[in-house]
Parts: sequence; structure tokens; C-alpha cells
Amino acid sequence: MAIGWYLVVSALIFCIGAGGVLARRNPLVILLCLELMLNGANLALVAFARMWGTETGQVFALIVMVVAAAEVTVGLGLIVAIYRRRMPIDVDELSELHG
Amino acid sequence: MTPVLFFIAAIGAISGAIGVVTLRNPFYSVLCLAFHLVSLAALFLLLRAEFVAAGQVVVYAGAVMVLYVFVVAYVGGGEQLPSGGVLKVLGPLFALALAIELCIAMLGSGLAGIKGKGAPFIPGFGTPKHIGALFLTTYLFPFEAASILLLIAAVGAVVLARRRRGLERDEEAELRVRAPRPAYTGTMAEAAGIRPAAHEQEPQPEVEPVGGPAHSPGGW
Repeated sequence: MAIGWYLVVSALIFCIGAGGVLARRNPLVILLCLELMLNGANLALVAFARMWGTETGQVFALIVMVVAAAEVTVGLGLIVAIYRRRMPIDVDELSELHG
Repeated sequence: MTPVLFFIAAIGAISGAIGVVTLRNPFYSVLCLAFHLVSLAALFLLLRAEFVAAGQVVVYAGAVMVLYVFVVAYVGGGEQLPSGGVLKVLGPLFALALAIELCIAMLGSGLAGIKGKGAPFIPGFGTPKHIGALFLTTYLFPFEAASILLLIAAVGAVVLARRRRGLERDEEAELRVRAPRPAYTGTMAEAAGIRPAAHEQEPQPEVEPVGGPAHSPGGW
């Protein structure tokens, strides 16, 4: 398969994730959609690594996975903290910080 | 064979992604994401990235998804939120525009490699041996930075999600602590003789004094 096909798939995954981040209101699902966007980028990185025949892109993809895991941990911790404070789990309602 | 596998994996990945975005129940969204991740691992395998594919399945589909499932179970899936106004329409439109733009940019970029099948085969490409060698030589600093980042994230998650003391009074837990155990249930205090055991117990008044058991040396 040509590398372009993989890039098209990665672009589609990224766009689906971006649309989900904008349209959904549950922070849990927004985190899932962020994962989708990161995975789309990962696929592009691995495809480019295949195109050039070097493993640098794969190393970058692994680092992206680490960053995604860290982001998920902190994000889920925030969601649990919100739930403990009995606040609504809805990004439109959580508007305390901007006054 | 490769095109068939590619299209199966690609359709799986994209349908999983659409499922994540469209399903109302967060639990089903998490399951769709797990499916999407496994399909993506198949795509990685087709790109000869064995180690990344294995890491994807182990780290993402294994560990991160378990974390998600636990949080969804704890938070309770959330009530079905009503669809939110303008962004509900604008979000998909934006995504569509972005997709068209990206496709135009890719097809119009004129990169010579995009139409090819990639570099010629290199023995050992993408194996843990090569990736590990890269991580410990050329990319040592990102590797160490990633480990510190993971440590910070773990500590941060514990700090964020722990039960805070002093911010809010947890009445239920206080009641649970203050309520005395029923007498003679074989506590350590009875065994050590701090609390008189059954046979040497003088009859007690039925009514507990306010905060009485908290002051008594025995208790639970």
C-alpha cells in the first residue's frame, strides 16, 4: 500500500477526534477524543518512518504514547476530583475559572 | 494480501473512532476506543513497526483502557447530556472542513514518497533491538524526560484524586468512625483488657452519652 493511504486514514482519525472534542460535552468523552487525535498523529509518524526507512518516527510515536498516558492520568484524576466535589460532569457547566 | 489487511484495519480504526464520538454512553465509547486501538496496532504492524504495535496494545488497549473503564464505573457513565447548541452543528462541520483541507494538502504536497511504498526493506526495522538502541543512544534525553514526566503524572493524579481533608466535612465517614462497634465482638481492645470483656462487664445504660465512645479508651 502506498504511504498516502495511511496518511489519509490518519487525517480522518484526527478529524473525527477534533470534531468529537468540539461537539461532546462529557469531559470523559473529550479525553477519549483527544486520544483519537494523538493516535491519528501517531499513525502519520509511523507512516513517515516507514517512508524514510528510519526509526526516528517510531521513537517519536512512543514518546507521544507516553505523553498521552500522562495526560490521561491527570485528566482522569481531575474528573474524579470533580465528581468528588459533587460538581456536574459537563464542560459547559464547569465555568468557574473564567468568572 | 496487504491491501485486504490494510482496508480491514483502516475501516476498523475509522469505525471505532466514529463510535467513540457518536455513542451516547461513555462506557461504549471506551469499548469503541479499545477496538480502534487494536485496529490501529494492525496498521502499525503493516508499517513494520512491531514494537510500537506491541506498545500500543499493551499500554493503550491494556493499561489506559482499564483506567478509563474504572473511572467510567466510578463516575457512573454520566447522565445522558442534552445535545449542546451551536457546537453540536459546528463541530462536525469543522471536522469535515479540516479533513478536506488535510487531504488537499497531502495530495497537493507533491511529496515523492507519498505515492511509493516506502523505503526498501531493512532487516530488523522496527524491532525492539533497534528502537531500544536508539532510545539509549541518540534519544537518551527524551527517554529520561519521558520517565520523569510519567513520575510527575502519577504523583499529580494521586494528589488530584485523593480524598481531601479539611475542605469539606464528610459527615458519613465521621458517623462511621464515631459509631461504636457492638460490644463483645472480639476486638483487640477486649483482648488486651482495655475494654472489659463480656463476663466482667457491668451492665451499661442503654443511652449512649453524646460522643461517649469517642472518649472512652476502648471502642472499636
